[in-house]
Amino acid sequence: MSGVWVVVEERDGRMGRISWEAVATGQELGAQLGVPVCAALPGAQTEALAAELAAKALNRVVRVEHALLGAYTADGFTLALEQLLRAEQPEFVVFPHTYQVRDYAPALAARFGQVLIGDVTQVGTGPVFTRQLMQGRLSGTYCPTGSGPCFVSVQSGAFRADAVKAGTAEVTVFSPVLEAGQLRTRPSEPFRGSAQTVDLGSAQMIVSVGRGIKEAENLPLVQELATALGAELAASRPICDNGWLPMERQVGSSGQTVAPKLYVAVGISGAIQHLVGMKGSQCVVAINKDADAPIFEVADYGIVGDLFEVVPALTEAVKNARQ
Amino acid sequence: MKIVVAIKQVPERDAPLRIDAAGKWIEEADLQWAMNESDAYALEEALQLKEKHGGEVVVLSAGPERVGSTIREALAKGADRGIHVDCDNPAQWDALGMARLLAEAIRGESPDLVLTGLQSDDLGLGQTGVIVAELLGLPHASLILHVEKTDAGLKVKRELEEGWFQEIELPVPAVLTIQSGGNKLRYATLMGIKRAKTKEVRRVTAAELGVASNAVVALERIAVPQKQKSTQMLTGSPKDVAATLVEKLKFEVRVL
Ligand SMILES: Cc1cc2nc3c(=O)[nH]c(=O)nc-3n(C[C@H](O)[C@H](O)[C@H](O)COP(=O)(O)OP(=O)(O)OC[C@H]3O[C@@H](n4cnc5c(N)ncnc54)[C@H](O)[C@@H]3O)c2cc1C
Ligand SMILES: Nc1ncnc2c1ncn2[C@@H]1O[C@H](COP(=O)(O)O)[C@@H](O)[C@H]1O
Repeated sequence: MSGVWVVVEERDGRMGRISWEAVATGQELGAQLGVPVCAALPGAQTEALAAELAAKALNRVVRVEHALLGAYTADGFTLALEQLLRAEQPEFVVFPHTYQVRDYAPALAARFGQVLIGDVTQVGTGPVFTRQLMQGRLSGTYCPTGSGPCFVSVQSGAFRADAVKAGTAEVTVFSPVLEAGQLRTRPSEPFRGSAQTVDLGSAQMIVSVGRGIKEAENLPLVQELATALGAELAASRPICDNGWLPMERQVGSSGQTVAPKLYVAVGISGAIQHLVGMKGSQCVVAINKDADAPIFEVADYGIVGDLFEVVPALTEAVKNARQ
Repeated sequence: MKIVVAIKQVPERDAPLRIDAAGKWIEEADLQWAMNESDAYALEEALQLKEKHGGEVVVLSAGPERVGSTIREALAKGADRGIHVDCDNPAQWDALGMARLLAEAIRGESPDLVLTGLQSDDLGLGQTGVIVAELLGLPHASLILHVEKTDAGLKVKRELEEGWFQEIELPVPAVLTIQSGGNKLRYATLMGIKRAKTKEVRRVTAAELGVASNAVVALERIAVPQKQKSTQMLTGSPKDVAATLVEKLKFEVRVL
């Protein structure tokens, strides 16, 4: 068995922040267990990124390189990494919890008779791993009981990218054996959704509405608050899924990322996929009837109450203040 | 097209959660239950594919007695028959064990397409569908919003981060994990509810499928997350909190 391996992800020729967060987690785990830490970088042209990784405190950086890994496919990545991991036999494999990792890491783990402990927010001694349950309303601590490698992916923003320790690492190349016929899916180039006509990213104030609003007919309630404040209206995913507001007003991991001076979350529970899109806001106000809603975790001001009473009162007060 | 849809029954969204005495799971006794959200979208996609291309929609759910009601709900919406895999404490199974259970139940059906939800609202593993594909030796695509049948197989629309998408072509049989929002969900009609009562639901046990739970990771304990940020909670009547908040927005946040 050879220590901890971190599988990093290239995005548009760069390493995303979450990959550095995974490297930091791998280093922390390696320090806890007193074992070496290596990084694996799958792709078709990995030289430049490998050079960046080579300046970190890693035992080795392995470029898992093959022309067929240029465009991501689950089959290509699973086959290539399976070959690497069988050769290296790590104890722990750490990934960033990206959409790509969600797509292949569970299958890769299954090939080793293992499961991915996914979307981890904390690593404790043991090691044990903490992740969210019930959409963030509870947390669960998981402990590996199997004998094979333990697969873990880390949640975006849960670990500090700037904690990555510098050093020098040897860079090597691993050439997996892959054939075009083994890749059963054919991906197209990524494309943008419909043209964006609202730019929530530059809004100074945002009033954002969630499923607590219950029905589309109730939306004017929050629209009035937004108008009184001079704020843009935004929403959580279910509101856009239902077609009550256009998707371009969705805030979160699959919508827009916003950082206004003021973000008022109305009837939004605060699932991580929503939080990643708005936690850069300077001031967050949360209105929710559930005192334990995770949204209060990121709120500066919290109001526990029925939005159908609080929001009209707030609109009124804002109007008066503006007069 | 013969389509199997895996549907999980999860606690109702706003249900109050109480941690059980052992600290390992929640008290289930007085909970209300519902169909997992992304699974409802998977079912909708399956029903629309059947309406366009003909075939059969089979719903599959693993869990104790109670999951029967969610299977009936799917039948009422238009699924043709159900398979109930009997197992207690589904939360104690890890993703691989649960996927084995589902895969074994699917194998005998030889479907053209298997749909699962992207992620369960309770455990939130986001893995089961991908592992089912791996165990059945089928190609898969995840985070799918739209499915189109082509001569060669399927063309699907996959969601990527931050408002990006991608199309993927793949042969059938295949497994897709469905993201919410691709379709508008239908309601069950009275007629549908009536018909559902006569539709077949086959029950099998884990033992009959030859699957034991054998978890390789254990959920040791659950807890209410500890607050890290000090949030100022404003209390009082709606009028009072509104007034206090406006003061704060004016003088501390300086946005008014
Ligand atoms: C891959 C993936 C990507 C996703 N991308 C996004 C994304 O980009 N953006 C996003 O938002 N979500 C996204 N989600 C969904 C996310 O996980 C949550 O399901 C979603 O954010 C929940 O929305 P919500 O808070 O409005 O609804 P719920 O979670 O149902 O919360 C409703 C809240 O309203 C409160 N409430 C109810 N009634 C009242 C009342 N009368 N007064 C006050 N409060 C009340 C409740 O207490 C509850 O907290 C994604 C999920 C996945 C798996
Ligand atoms: N007990 C179950 N019965 C039926 N389907 C399930 C079960 N558990 C998980 N699934 C399916 O797998 C998907 C992903 O679940 P999970 O991996 O737990 O997030 C769900 O949306 C369901 O479609």
